[in-house]
Amino acid sequence: MKWLTSLMLLPVLGAVLVSTLPKAKELLAKQIAFVTTLVVAVAGIAMATQFQRDNVDLQFVESHSWIPTFGINYALGIDGIALVLILLSVLLAPIVVLAGWNEAVGGRWSVKTFYVLMLILETMMIGVFAANDVFLFYVFFEAMLVPVYFLIGGYGTGARAAAAVKFLLYSLFGGLLMLASIIALYVISGEQGGHTFDISALAQLHLSSTTENLLFLGFFIAFAIKAPLWPFHTWLPDAADAATPGTSVLLLGVLDKVGTFGMIRYCLELFPHASKTFTPVIIVLAVISIIYGAFLAIGQKDFKRLIAFTSISHFGFITLGIFAMTSQGHSGATLYMFNHGFSTAALFLIAGWMSSRRGSSKIADFGGLQRVTPIMAWAFFFAGMSSLALPGLSSFVSEFLVLVGTYTRYPVAAIIAAFGIVLAALYILLPIQRALHGPTTDGNESLTDLNLREKIAIAPVLAVILVLGFYPSPLLNVINPAAAHSIAKAGFTDPLSSIDSKGVTK
Amino acid sequence: MIAFVAPSLSYSLLAPILIVLGGAVLTVIFEAFLSKAIRPIAQLSVTLGTLVLALGQVWRIRHESSLTAAMGSVAIDGPAILLQASVLILAVLGVFLIADHDHFTVVAATLPGSEEELASIRSGEKLTEVYPLTLFAVAGMMLFPIATDLITLFVALEMLSLPLYLMAGLSRRRRLMSQEAALKYFLLGAFSSAFFLFGAAFLYGYSGSVSLAGIYEAVSGGTGNSVFLLIGIIFLSVGLLFKVGAVPFHAWTPDVYQGAPTPVTAFMAAATKVAAFGAILRIFYTSFANAYWDWRPILTVIAIITMVFGSLVAISQRDIKRMLAYSSIAHAGFLLSGVIALNKAGLDASIFYLFAYGMATLGAFAVVTLVRDSAGEVTDINRWAGLGKRSPFVATVFATFLLAFAGIPLTSGFIGKFSIFSAAYESGNELIVVVGVLSSAIAAYFYVRVIVLMFFTDLAEDGTSVIIPSILTRATIVVTFAITVFLGVFPAPFLNFISSTATFIR
Repeated sequence: MKWLTSLMLLPVLGAVLVSTLPKAKELLAKQIAFVTTLVVAVAGIAMATQFQRDNVDLQFVESHSWIPTFGINYALGIDGIALVLILLSVLLAPIVVLAGWNEAVGGRWSVKTFYVLMLILETMMIGVFAANDVFLFYVFFEAMLVPVYFLIGGYGTGARAAAAVKFLLYSLFGGLLMLASIIALYVISGEQGGHTFDISALAQLHLSSTTENLLFLGFFIAFAIKAPLWPFHTWLPDAADAATPGTSVLLLGVLDKVGTFGMIRYCLELFPHASKTFTPVIIVLAVISIIYGAFLAIGQKDFKRLIAFTSISHFGFITLGIFAMTSQGHSGATLYMFNHGFSTAALFLIAGWMSSRRGSSKIADFGGLQRVTPIMAWAFFFAGMSSLALPGLSSFVSEFLVLVGTYTRYPVAAIIAAFGIVLAALYILLPIQRALHGPTTDGNESLTDLNLREKIAIAPVLAVILVLGFYPSPLLNVINPAAAHSIAKAGFTDPLSSIDSKGVTK
Repeated sequence: MIAFVAPSLSYSLLAPILIVLGGAVLTVIFEAFLSKAIRPIAQLSVTLGTLVLALGQVWRIRHESSLTAAMGSVAIDGPAILLQASVLILAVLGVFLIADHDHFTVVAATLPGSEEELASIRSGEKLTEVYPLTLFAVAGMMLFPIATDLITLFVALEMLSLPLYLMAGLSRRRRLMSQEAALKYFLLGAFSSAFFLFGAAFLYGYSGSVSLAGIYEAVSGGTGNSVFLLIGIIFLSVGLLFKVGAVPFHAWTPDVYQGAPTPVTAFMAAATKVAAFGAILRIFYTSFANAYWDWRPILTVIAIITMVFGSLVAISQRDIKRMLAYSSIAHAGFLLSGVIALNKAGLDASIFYLFAYGMATLGAFAVVTLVRDSAGEVTDINRWAGLGKRSPFVATVFATFLLAFAGIPLTSGFIGKFSIFSAAYESGNELIVVVGVLSSAIAAYFYVRVIVLMFFTDLAEDGTSVIIPSILTRATIVVTFAITVFLGVFPAPFLNFISSTATFIR
């Protein structure tokens, strides 16, 4: 059974179905979209059960010739890292649809267009992680921008058009640099035995060190813009501010992971030597991102921008884990990607509900929500705790692994990065204190608490955060072999110790 | 006394051009003898019939190859067939647009604003001289890329140019601007023809031959005076580069694109590029191939400034036709990198690019003809605001063409860009690839800006509306749109056909 293709086709079918509906059938459009994403999520989980976790080869492999003239194949195949990210995408999608049930209403276009874009985006999110052909990856990487662009620009708030354009141009710029690198790889592969875009074949190419460094940079800058890493981050707060909460969740939770996933899959695998050369610089950028994102988060007056800056800090951690070049670091980084997806989803969705009720997302406009809307306040508190990596919640495990993995090779970086955790307590606890606790301020007295739909949407997110905090091994069992394998393929060995299935260093 | 030898002509190979010329003569006769009432429909049917017949003949001779079809003055080979077919297909779709008489003045000789002009408009007659002019131009465009001696080349150049000069001045509205455009095009065109002849004279002085084969032999032998060769190449190139609108010979492009009736602009922008680049490819790939040390640096510099200049200046344009004109300049730069590549991949890529770009250009201008107010077409970009709300289909189609120009994956433009840049890279011109992707990034900005205006800006109530297109215009839009998307998703059959067919014979 062709799992990956089926997984990608299902949302397209849903999109076709939704697009044939008349405009007035808004409810039906939502229901079809929700059911489709739910089916995809179930199918995704079913696929995950078929995944052989100790097999480090790519699984669910499919390959068809697409453009033979250029040696381009429609080739799919995933390892543990890609599996986890696909799971993240398909699990978040139904939650986003359910949580943002009414967010398409105020948009420029009809409700059904919103869901058509959303479903097409889901297909591309799966495709970008599943692609096993550099050209195919690039096609998804770039084509994905189009639905997101329209989702931000058409359904967002505030300066949505400007934010959408900024997002698109930043990403396009990075993408075009990557295109130059891809063209170079294609030509060099032609000189060394036949044009191909197969990742494992490209990894065997002999590149001069100058070429390798330049090609690495083409890929890395594209991914650093996507992730985003300081100093390529400036588009993210604007985009997150303008987009609807649901779009923001997919943008920060899944799309930005394409950047960090690309670093593991493409930068390390295709350019191991260049990765080694640039590691010191990237570690520095990652540490700056952690601290800089955290400081700016503390200074934010708006919930959405606050979450965006915390994400910049968290992406610093993920990048640090990747370029520490240890298997703990890689496992931690991959787990971090998953966990960050869920904790950001929780934060964004609840912040979205808060601001749609209050009509503002400014932190100063809230106060004493604990008394008026206890469930919403508790949920936000819980999500905040996850974001600051409280032990017992999922983010703690991954942050710990990243720091351990980094410390074994770059102790100084790990120590500085650890300050990010202290700052995290500030940027989460201060707004929680201002918005949730204390006396209820004017304008907040009549806010309503979460309704049943919202509770159903947020409950699984919080449950995942809690369960993975105590019991991360289902994911780590899948991630660890892949992480160790990717380290080995890049030519590194762990400096000290390996990691066991419980996620504890020996 | 020289004995007269009857020229032996291979009529079946020349038939496509002869059919078009025959059709042109027939339309001239119709113009003289048919009554005004039935002329429009008769001329249209004859024109379309001629083009389709010629296309059928091109298809029949697609496997032929011959250097002696017309006493050594033309070559029939793979590229010749492909380029002729492209010109014919683009011409058919262009004639669909030209069939909308509303764009053309009734009696071109009347003074703008005069009593005679008013009387002619009141008479309700339709201008039909445009059909013979189109057919003569098409015949020239078909001869230009297959000509193998400089004299035939010059005849073809004039044959395609002279009708276009006239056609540019036929606009019904803003006639002064249209006539100014025609005059400018004519004067500059005549000037560049002089350069072309000057270069041809030097090449004759260098090689003692006007045939491309003779020049090739002289270059390979290396016996002649290489200063003559260099001067010859430079001046010949000026004449050719003028036709494709490369910087610094581009000055006419924006004015003519803007001033000419939009259907003429569409036909000219798409088909002239195919013909002129076809000729450039043939000359540089066959005659001058061995002198590439002489011309490659010059063309590289021209390609780079053309790409950068076109992309940069397009940003500041306020008129949609001028913006598309500068975009066509930038694309001329991209196409030049295919000439510089000087390899089989470069030839294939250029032919693909020319066809794909021609289709998207025709489609884009076809959409421009639809956006009107009471005074005719609305070309001020700012008045396109909110078009996505008014006519979502038209706006989506136009956005697709813009994305194709920008080279976003899943459109024909991306495959074209990838193939042409990879060919240039393969030939060792890395610089041009880097500049190419960077100017693509710049170019993306102004394409995206139009999309923002159409979709993300509120409707301006200033009388701008999208008219209901005629069946022929609709057909052009649908066909160009379908081909643009199809070549982006399934380019394989087309690429295969090109690469198996396209080989120059010398």
